[in-house]
Amino acid sequence: MSLIAKPMVNNTSEQTEQAKSKVFEVSGLNLWYGEDQALKNINMKIVENEITAIIGPSGCGKSTFLKTLNRMVEMVPIVKTSGTIKYKGENIFNAKQSVEDLRTHVGMVFQKPNPFPKSIYENVAYGPKIHGIKKKKDLDLIVEKSLKDAAIWDEVKDRLHENAYGLSGGQQQRLCIARCLAIEPDVILMDEPTSALDPISTLKVEELVQQLREKYSIVIVTHNMQQAARVSDQTAFFLNGELVEFSNTDKLFSNPEDRRTEDYITGRFG
Amino acid sequence: MTIRNQFDGELNEVKTLIHELANGADNALKNAVESLYHRDVEKAQEVVDRDNDLDKKELDIHDKTILLIAKQQPVASDLRRLVIALKISSDIERMADHAVNIAKATIRLGENHGLTVHPKISQMAEKARDMASLAIKAFEYEDISLARQLSGLDDEIDEMYGLVIREMLDETASNPQMNQYIMEMAFSARFIERYADHITNIGENIFYLVKGETYNLND
Repeated sequence: MSLIAKPMVNNTSEQTEQAKSKVFEVSGLNLWYGEDQALKNINMKIVENEITAIIGPSGCGKSTFLKTLNRMVEMVPIVKTSGTIKYKGENIFNAKQSVEDLRTHVGMVFQKPNPFPKSIYENVAYGPKIHGIKKKKDLDLIVEKSLKDAAIWDEVKDRLHENAYGLSGGQQQRLCIARCLAIEPDVILMDEPTSALDPISTLKVEELVQQLREKYSIVIVTHNMQQAARVSDQTAFFLNGELVEFSNTDKLFSNPEDRRTEDYITGRFG
Repeated sequence: MTIRNQFDGELNEVKTLIHELANGADNALKNAVESLYHRDVEKAQEVVDRDNDLDKKELDIHDKTILLIAKQQPVASDLRRLVIALKISSDIERMADHAVNIAKATIRLGENHGLTVHPKISQMAEKARDMASLAIKAFEYEDISLARQLSGLDDEIDEMYGLVIREMLDETASNPQMNQYIMEMAFSARFIERYADHITNIGENIFYLVKGETYNLND
């Protein structure tokens, strides 16, 4: 019996990654809040119809990065950026790029469910109405489809005109996802979408995210590493504003390349 | 900053149990082979009787490890540590079973068979015990250079086993009335050879623990 080690694993996933089309291509992205640099030379590609998880300790820049993808971060007046983020080949920082147009294609779901103080129906119909859809028949179809895609239709179909605040936290979050889907985005950004939810609601949202990946590209920031491991295809680990490691989720959670990633995911700091 | 004191503490408890299990298997082999040489049926019976304790210890390791996985949800090298704790404990339990098989052969041979036990069997057992000690050290220090040495020792045991079997076959030709006894001796050599193979499995697991990749060490 010879003990000459021969690796049996031949990872060909890198080759297949090359062939997939990218929704975002981030190159040399730096971001400052005033004098403080929050993102340092980030380079990464986000692939279409995949779930990309972003993990890292508090203050590592992961939420900032997410909010940069739809330029929401610019709502903070002291922010400056350098580098490029190409969304389907176009630099989102170009002067002629419309922010509204970008945000139509790149929707966002937040940590705490934030339905409007309106009916369930109005919450979902709000976006399409702003985009000029007026006919009730068309709006009805959009509302039904969005609620179905957000896996909440069966729970709300008989009370569409009741106030959304009457829903549970988990239902409100799925309603917010439905509201996001109603304007037919390509990408959904999720900022800790289950951190305010109980375990069953969390599971429902996770299952929903899995279903949504067939039609959408999803980027999800999460503090829950098991959630990142369960739901995502790719995982990025941020630390102190740097992208330390970005790889296939199975690889990152079983055998990360960087010692800092290993220490973080095994709970040895953070 | 280490913030997983509870996890590390419980992992160390599992490691301690694995050490105890390994000591138990080592004692079983030592006593089984001694009883074979000294035709000591009583001692052989003790080896058989003590095996229950080792079986229980293996189950205890499994229970603790599975609970630790459920409670702490480890990933990466921490998860590999626990997975190989499960695998290594099963290998060591099987090693103890092989020692028990030698003890049972001793009991079947009885005290009056009149045959001399082949001296190589004792040498095989000593070599296997050295291997086990090396493997446990490699596990403790997560040291693949120690694990790598196991294959050379295993090759030596395989060679001695081949020699014993050839000589036993010759013996059956010249002493056919003793075939039943000679077979028990040959089986005992076989049990030590299998004992050593389980130690090589432990070596493979240590490679997996350290490198995170599956290695084929059986060419």
